[in-house]
Amino acid sequence: MLSTLLIIVTAIFFTGIINRTKSIASGRKGPGVLQPIKDVIRLFRKGSVYSKTTSWIFQLAPTVYLASVIMAMMVVPFGKSKGIISFNGDFIFFAYVLAMGKFFSIIGAMDTGSSFEGMGASREALFSMFAEPAFFILMGSLAMLTGNTSFQQIFANLHLGSYITYAVGALGAFVLLMLAMIENSRMPIDDPKTHLELTMIHEVMILDNSGFDLGLILTAGYLKFAIYGALIVNLFIGTISYEYAIPAFFLIQFLLAVFMGLIESFMARFRMNHNPQFILTLTSVALLIFFGVLTLVGKFV
Amino acid sequence: MEVMLGIMPALLVLSQIFIFFVSSPKRGYFAYLPIVLNSILSSYIAVWVLLGNQAEFTLSGSYITGPIGIQIDALSAWFILVFNFTFLTGGFYGIFYMESYSDRVNNLLLHWLVFPVLHFSLLTIIILQNTLAFLVAWEVMAISAFVLVIFEGSKPVNLKAGLNYLIQSHVSVIFITIAVLWIYFRTSSFDFSAISTFTKNTNEAQTLLLFLMFFLGFALKAGFVPFHTWLPYAHPAAPSHVSGIMSGVLIKIGIYGILRMILLIHTNYLVLGYFILAISIITGVYGVMLAIIQHNLKRLLAYHSIENIGIIGIGIGVGCIGLGLNNNILITLGFAGALLHTLNHSLFKSLLFFTSGNVYSVTHTLNIESLGGLVKKMPHTSLLFLVAALAITGLPPFNGFVSEFLIYIGLFEWLSYAKLSTLIFGIIVVLALVLIGGFALICFTKAFSVVFLGEERNSHSNVHINEAPKASLVPLYLIASLIVAIGVFPKIFINVLLKPTSLFANPNFISSLSGTESIPVNLMSAISLSALMFIGFVVLIWGIRWLITREVKKTMHVTWGCGYVEPNKRMQYTASSFVKSYAKLFKMVLLIFKHEKPVEKVFPVTAQYESHPYDRIEHGLIDKPIRGFKSILGKLTFLQNGRLQLYILYGIVFIGLLLVVPVITEWIIRFFEVLKQI
Repeated sequence: MLSTLLIIVTAIFFTGIINRTKSIASGRKGPGVLQPIKDVIRLFRKGSVYSKTTSWIFQLAPTVYLASVIMAMMVVPFGKSKGIISFNGDFIFFAYVLAMGKFFSIIGAMDTGSSFEGMGASREALFSMFAEPAFFILMGSLAMLTGNTSFQQIFANLHLGSYITYAVGALGAFVLLMLAMIENSRMPIDDPKTHLELTMIHEVMILDNSGFDLGLILTAGYLKFAIYGALIVNLFIGTISYEYAIPAFFLIQFLLAVFMGLIESFMARFRMNHNPQFILTLTSVALLIFFGVLTLVGKFV
Repeated sequence: MEVMLGIMPALLVLSQIFIFFVSSPKRGYFAYLPIVLNSILSSYIAVWVLLGNQAEFTLSGSYITGPIGIQIDALSAWFILVFNFTFLTGGFYGIFYMESYSDRVNNLLLHWLVFPVLHFSLLTIIILQNTLAFLVAWEVMAISAFVLVIFEGSKPVNLKAGLNYLIQSHVSVIFITIAVLWIYFRTSSFDFSAISTFTKNTNEAQTLLLFLMFFLGFALKAGFVPFHTWLPYAHPAAPSHVSGIMSGVLIKIGIYGILRMILLIHTNYLVLGYFILAISIITGVYGVMLAIIQHNLKRLLAYHSIENIGIIGIGIGVGCIGLGLNNNILITLGFAGALLHTLNHSLFKSLLFFTSGNVYSVTHTLNIESLGGLVKKMPHTSLLFLVAALAITGLPPFNGFVSEFLIYIGLFEWLSYAKLSTLIFGIIVVLALVLIGGFALICFTKAFSVVFLGEERNSHSNVHINEAPKASLVPLYLIASLIVAIGVFPKIFINVLLKPTSLFANPNFISSLSGTESIPVNLMSAISLSALMFIGFVVLIWGIRWLITREVKKTMHVTWGCGYVEPNKRMQYTASSFVKSYAKLFKMVLLIFKHEKPVEKVFPVTAQYESHPYDRIEHGLIDKPIRGFKSILGKLTFLQNGRLQLYILYGIVFIGLLLVVPVITEWIIRFFEVLKQI
């Protein structure tokens, strides 16, 4: 319950902080931190334009997409407190329910019959498929380390102590951060601010969405950032008491947003055909974590 | 009970006779009648068994077979229910589907005669306890399925597909026969219990080899890679209701066989588990990887059947490892996952085939590149296809997620106390399952969006496209509602499943599970809750959206072409372009034949591009050896010269040779005796 509230609060600021960082890095003053939320509220009140080609799928897709992200948010715990839903193997549910949202965003894009949106949809399907193994190996290793299979118990029993645990924690944070970049179509994978539709992934998929539906999609994107941030926070806070944990939560989320802003300011996007390699590298990093965990549990004989 | 079992064949024969006396359009109903009645009878027995009773009888049999045991245990009962449901829905759908072929009276007569026979033979296979009788029923099943597949045999492609199936299913029979004879010569009994007694009293190598023989036979039927090559031909060739039944039921008889043999054969289950896991992950990943590049809708679905057999196999493998480690949780999770996925796959795959049958009936093509935009013309079919596609991708809140979730939990349970070598193997299995899920997402977003969304891609086909008749949609909605029901309330189904699973695990353990606090059942209520919440959120957001947007202005416009104002239907993304980057990445696994005439020079003339996906395993394992055989046998073609006199001469020579065989052998023996004396 607590985690859900914290994620929602973070989501309000997260994208704003990224944008602000980017503007400061490029020497501009930039819009306020709350601008993304204001945009969404404005979108919610606007009328919409629908393509004649589209059907009810196109109208339903943003709704399902947001609902799937909200469900994923429900599963994420915060330190001692469980998520609203918590059961053994809930991280499998987390991945699959996000995939459900992806399925709908892809068919929503394909419903317009636009070749640009088809291109984005095709890339989204391929790249998200590559990203899944890293997440599962990471969570599987942590599950093995702690002997539990639910998010909350995994994170609560993750005691960082020895050098290897620090390495595992750092690598885990790296994998989750990169997954957040892929899931949210941010910089090294995708460039949300590019001027050419041919080189986009996520942005090109929502070309035809407008008004309320676009608002839903943007909201889902903001939430996704905060969700992955919360997962990273959980790697480190363990079960410390709330008066330290809550400030730590916001601090880490803030740092993440600044970090993402800096990456986007100083890095160029990868070439599209290099993306699969990059994403697969993530899987090997996850495998490193797996072997690290093996040494920790003493299975390397 | 015995009387009911006796009635079933009688019903079948009676309806077969009646079919000749009714007019052609009504024959479908008369073929459906014995299916309904037999399903009611057998389902009644199955439910009775699942409630905890035992049904065992012995028929006197014949001199050759010995007494034929009939036993319906929980495993048989589960499969009976799965099969009956698919036949009930598929048969009903089939009556409507075949209406467009009403002018082919003779073909239809044969089709409707054989259709209930297939149902009956499948039911018989599940309950027989005598290997010889089992083989006979198996043969009846294989041949009746062949007849159903070649309904459109006038097209050479379909006939070839049917023959391919017939030959391969007889290769499967060979393996099973070898195993059966092996048992017979060792125990001189055809009874199933002989398999148990034989394997209890012999060494491990022999039991493993025996299992391998049975496994090869059943794997050919189930479509494990590399024995899958008949599937992608037979499924598209058959009429859609038959494809649905083949994919939903027929290949599951292979799964049944494997499960039955695991129950009967006592061997080293760990080795068995690793073997099944290894072959299953190859099956699952390879099946879905090839599914992605298919252009023919039914062929795509056929490759998906192979993938799902892989998932079921992973469940069985996990269960076997549980048997080897004597770990009841693992056994329960593995076998329950496999059995539930068997049901799930029969539901969503038959639904996918039936809906693609609807598409075929109106568009007369299965090439997805020329389809598109059907969602507006066939709303029901599209919705049903979407539900099935989401379920087969394993997404919550549908049924595919539940069974895959059980298997995942089993795998993580196994990993938590495995040793190093098994750990690495285990993580590969997890990876495979994850990849299968990701690939399935690509495949079904492609299939659904290219067939149903966007605009019609082939502008030449101006055929009038209508939704399928209302009545034929009834069974499809029935399947869809069951798909959702399993996804949302899995607990009910898991409770039923604990019965067949208890055959594998320690019964005391399972009975301790029946309380609500136990692990798998508890998980199911959590999944149920999350599924309901998810649906709740969709409805809630949709409601808010409706409330807010009903007042605001909505405009219709053409799709935004990024500044281009003359959009064209042919500019849409096609299935091939959707998977282009995928096909490029995995080109070492895939085999795609291309015919290309690229665009050249400043003023290009005609350019063309064609791609035909092919199966690398089929290329290496089937085509090449056959080419070798052909070149050897080709040298003997002078024998086949079409002259009747010579053929008669061959016969006489053959008979003469047979007659002199004993004489020649005697000579040889004498020759050796002479040699010995020297």
